[in-house]
Amino acid sequence: MWTTPERLRAKGIIGMNRRNIRYIGRYNSRRLYPLVDDKLKTKLMAQEHGIATPALIGTVTTQFGIKRIREMLQGHQGFVIKPAKGSGGKGILVIDGVNGDRYFKPSGQALTHRDIERHTSNILSGLYSLGGSPDVALIEALINFDERFDKYTYEGVPDIRVIVFKGYPVMAMVRLSTAASDGKANLHQGAVGVGIDIATGRALRGVQFDRAIKNHPDTGHELASLHIENWQTLLNLAASCYEMTGLGYLGADMVLDRDHGPMLLELNARPGLAIQMANGEGLRPRLDLVERQPEGIGPQERVAFCQKHFARHLPAPETPCSQRPEAQAPRLAHRRPRA
Amino acid sequence: MSRLPFYLVVALLFAAGIGMSVHRHIEFEVPWTPGEQRQVWVIEAQVNFVASGGPVSVDLALPSTQDGYRLLSEHTASPGYGLHFADDERGRRAQWTSREAAGSQQLFYSAQFMVAPQAQGLDKPPPQPVNSVAWEPPYDTAAAEVIQRAWSRSADDISFARELIRDFDEDRLRENTRLLLTQFERVPLLVRLLNQAGVAAREVSALSLENGRRRQPLSSWIQVYQDDRQVLFHPDSGAMGKPDNLLLWETDGQSVLEVEGGTRSRVSFSMLSRNQPATAAVRVQQAAASDTLLNFSIHSLPLEEQALFQTILLLPVGALVVVLLRVLIGIKTSGTFMPVLIALAFIQTSLVTGLIGFLLVVAVGLVIRNYLSYLNLLLVARVTAVIITVIAIISLFSVLAYRFGLNAGLQITFFPMIILSWTIERMSILWEEEGPKEVLIQGGGSLLTAVLAYLAMNNPLIRHITFNFLGVQPILMGLILMLGNYTGYRLLELRRFTPVTED
Repeated sequence: MWTTPERLRAKGIIGMNRRNIRYIGRYNSRRLYPLVDDKLKTKLMAQEHGIATPALIGTVTTQFGIKRIREMLQGHQGFVIKPAKGSGGKGILVIDGVNGDRYFKPSGQALTHRDIERHTSNILSGLYSLGGSPDVALIEALINFDERFDKYTYEGVPDIRVIVFKGYPVMAMVRLSTAASDGKANLHQGAVGVGIDIATGRALRGVQFDRAIKNHPDTGHELASLHIENWQTLLNLAASCYEMTGLGYLGADMVLDRDHGPMLLELNARPGLAIQMANGEGLRPRLDLVERQPEGIGPQERVAFCQKHFARHLPAPETPCSQRPEAQAPRLAHRRPRA
Repeated sequence: MSRLPFYLVVALLFAAGIGMSVHRHIEFEVPWTPGEQRQVWVIEAQVNFVASGGPVSVDLALPSTQDGYRLLSEHTASPGYGLHFADDERGRRAQWTSREAAGSQQLFYSAQFMVAPQAQGLDKPPPQPVNSVAWEPPYDTAAAEVIQRAWSRSADDISFARELIRDFDEDRLRENTRLLLTQFERVPLLVRLLNQAGVAAREVSALSLENGRRRQPLSSWIQVYQDDRQVLFHPDSGAMGKPDNLLLWETDGQSVLEVEGGTRSRVSFSMLSRNQPATAAVRVQQAAASDTLLNFSIHSLPLEEQALFQTILLLPVGALVVVLLRVLIGIKTSGTFMPVLIALAFIQTSLVTGLIGFLLVVAVGLVIRNYLSYLNLLLVARVTAVIITVIAIISLFSVLAYRFGLNAGLQITFFPMIILSWTIERMSILWEEEGPKEVLIQGGGSLLTAVLAYLAMNNPLIRHITFNFLGVQPILMGLILMLGNYTGYRLLELRRFTPVTED
């Protein structure tokens, strides 16, 4: 039930206090926060830096601008309306089918154009934003999820969280929504977190409610078989977010699009610590190692560095068993003269 | 990035805080605990005389802080008289004056003395012994013989004084001493003999403190000086040293009372001992103390502002509880310092009433807020609506409680309504977004924090110390700075991260 600080330290686990003082406080400058707290700014910046994001259909900044939505949506069969300053997935409306004046949510529920307008109006008046401040509505093209993920998730969208420290992608996990999490990808609400090997993009272990699990609780699919395509591209994308924002300790939320590959969904300047649970080990040794690296290294090299040092292979069957006796033999040989 | 300046600042804060507190404890005898009682003597001097109709001037010696006793306050009652306190080479004196006075007159002077073992009087320079004291025959030979006899049995000034006084003991009176006593008063005679022998000595007037005694006279004592020492002798018994219950009234060798323009003057003393909390004694003492910088204290403010400050100075303690619980334990609260404000309300209402009231208001508020969320209002308007609702709930509960004869219910008005409204708003959003479980966790955490902050802020010892020792504030500041630098695990994280260590 309870563990000791010594055991946590041995595992390299980072606590809230350490994260806040040592990493966020030291590497994340306050003035850079607005870049990531506003999804529109993040998106525009990402486009400048050539980082793929879901295509922007348009923005609505004023209440009278809502009238132009119909023309904006012309010809789009699926889209997402989200608040620029929303947090925790609040106020995100997903439409994956349009038929005349009828818009369909993924659950099959039909909305009218009036409903879409009202939702946008709510976003603008700050219903979903932090502190209720007036907001901007983003309309994005729908992400076409890789259907290989379907077996691993219930309703919601799986996203990949990468912790980028000083530009080094140090740890990653996939967040899979469950019935318990009500389709949301928040781990503390019951979503499944799957730690991902930085070297290969393969699953390490899964946790739900901080307990290790083998299979997805709803689909029953084995989590260990999860493998992320285009892993290299995804890591490069995440790593270049450091140059883009200047934030030293960063959580990059990525998605995999069937047609366009890895895309940046949003950035987080205060990423949580649950990723340590999903990976079964602490961030501390990796962050310490990265801190010792010199500045001014390109994203590609940084990714390569991480893939080399943070590789976590599951006990692979092809490990030659015969190596062990060989390795021991010289040691024995040294002992013999002594005896 | 050196942390040295940080630790220097913290060390400085601690040093300043501890220094200020210890200074106050020693210099003003502010006790560390609230329960300490101090014995305080209230002494009243009554001056009686018959005025002869013309201008009157009355000059009375006054006591000052001395070894064992600290003067707290003094008052006079003398209608129709002008009053002047003089402090010169004649010592502290009260001078009453009147242009015209006739008949029996009464003047009062009263002083409060606290029994304080640490108290010290001002060192007064010893009087110069008068070298050539003129005696008329036959007293000159008698005096010389008496001095000679005591001198031969003594080693220094103190022992000489002891032997001399012993020779005037009733049982040991000899012819020469008897002769001297026929002509001179005992005490002035002894002082005169001491002076002739080259010993610095003077007569002092003192009051024996006995609870409830009235119309007491002052008694005469002999103070003998040798180098830096001064020893008090009882003129009859020759006993050395000052009894504990002796208050020196006049120590400059002056007359205790001088009256011009009156006859039959007399001064008598009544006294009363009582115990009072040491803090109250401090308060009186500080009101009179001089305004030096180190004496900077809340006690110099008017009483009403003092009461306000008592609460304000407690806030850092409540805030420290919040910091401890959040940084070291990891408890979640809704609104960072909301629990401190709730705890302040608990202090006004008492704990149980406060808890029940808080739960009632928040529960009803949540139900009504739930309806408001259907109206899709803008945030500020919604919170304002909640504020009005909270006021309505509080009024309703107060009236209901009063009707049912529950006076405790009226105290619900002590709750900070704006804070309550924001609490309701936050909990309601939390309920919608994270579900009732998170509301229970954060609400419970807030209440737990509030109760702990209340217990800390309502603790008599903590109240006493924060109010009387401003030095506690820099210490708290240093503590909080150090906590703000804590990178270790929170207690609840030891639970949260347990599964990782179990593999």
